[in-house]
Amino acid sequence: MLRAIWLIVRKDLTVEVRSRELAYTTLFFAVSCVLVFAFSLVQEGRAAEGVGAGVLWMAIMFAGNLALGRTFERERQSETLRALMLVPAPRPAVYLGKLTGIVFLLALTEAVLVPLVALLFESALLSHPFWLAAVVATGTVGFAAVGTLFAAMLVRARSRDVLLPVLLYPITVPVLIAGVRATVAIAQPEFEVDVVRFWLMLLIAFDVVFITLALWTFEPVMTD
Amino acid sequence: MPKWFQPTTLLCAALFAISPFVIANAPYESTMGLVQKVFYYHMPSAWVFLTASVVCGIASARFLATGDARHDRTALAAAEMAVLFGLLTLVTGPLWARKAWGTWWIWDARITSSLVGWMIAWAYLILRQYGGPGSEKLSAGLALFGMANVPFIYVSVNYWRTIHPATTVVPKLPFEMGFPLLFCLAAFYLLMFLLMKLRTHVAEQQARLDAIYLSLDEQA
Repeated sequence: MLRAIWLIVRKDLTVEVRSRELAYTTLFFAVSCVLVFAFSLVQEGRAAEGVGAGVLWMAIMFAGNLALGRTFERERQSETLRALMLVPAPRPAVYLGKLTGIVFLLALTEAVLVPLVALLFESALLSHPFWLAAVVATGTVGFAAVGTLFAAMLVRARSRDVLLPVLLYPITVPVLIAGVRATVAIAQPEFEVDVVRFWLMLLIAFDVVFITLALWTFEPVMTD
Repeated sequence: MPKWFQPTTLLCAALFAISPFVIANAPYESTMGLVQKVFYYHMPSAWVFLTASVVCGIASARFLATGDARHDRTALAAAEMAVLFGLLTLVTGPLWARKAWGTWWIWDARITSSLVGWMIAWAYLILRQYGGPGSEKLSAGLALFGMANVPFIYVSVNYWRTIHPATTVVPKLPFEMGFPLLFCLAAFYLLMFLLMKLRTHVAEQQARLDAIYLSLDEQA
């Protein structure tokens, strides 16, 4: 099982290192998102108070949606989806492999996004880097756990490009709320550890429940 | 359709026709006055909305586990009920809130989770409509996720202070207000039941028609 997951991750990373398609497009899109928000929210040279956290999470979710749609679209276009489904490993391993790849890609994007948002929106995001890393990591895993399942499900559906965000955003509302609230609490001048811990716990619970559900549903929804 | 369907429909229509008079006879609430009467339609539609969502989630889980198309038809009918009664809830709620709280909308836990739950039910129908072949399994997965999501939305939004009345108010209502409420609840649940029966019946006929077309194609 672990070996199968690792092989799928390695395959995706090899494809990605050779083409760099997803990394570049996702990163560029995330940065353009932040710029769009900056142009609409920064007035008279100053950003409105506390919008940095919201901008960060919106950019993560928009860019994540793009990347999620693309990783499975790539499998379909190169007609390797069937091969992936024929892998002699349990189906959940395929899901976990894809999820790991997506989380890795989004982590790369976030490594650029966080300092950029902190800079442009004068937000003290990096005042507690370990807490921020924990919140962003759990939030990303939760978002990607739902997103990977839906992107995989939709790969054979009609109008999948439109359907992915339609399904994904209502379901991931709790991730957005918890992520933004925790990030706001981190960026505040007086750091309230209890608030951050509460939201972090909620994110962890979300991750556990939704990864378990996804592992359970991946098999029946991906079988014809 | 079964024999009891028509008389039950008439009964349901009668209940809805009588309900305005029952509501009009209920006493005025001391602080909110006339506008509180929205409650007699608001709460039943909210309950039916909630019931339909739960039915949709359970039927979807059973469909995923067994692959039996009957559960899928139930889930589809329930999702449509959830969208319909969710809309009623979300329209009557702000009408009442404008007068009672002085605002159309607040980001309260129960209101927000209803809105998101309603959007998920709608997404379910969009997926079935535009997802193409095989979308019934995908939408079943979505319904399952939507059901698991509700507690998370509730907890996350509950962080803000809530002013929405708790459900513990209901058993404490005086009889003159409790009776119209039960009356409307019965009418709404009966309506949901009848509409679901009708909808699953239509879906069954569709499935049978498809099967006949398929067998004709095979013969040709």
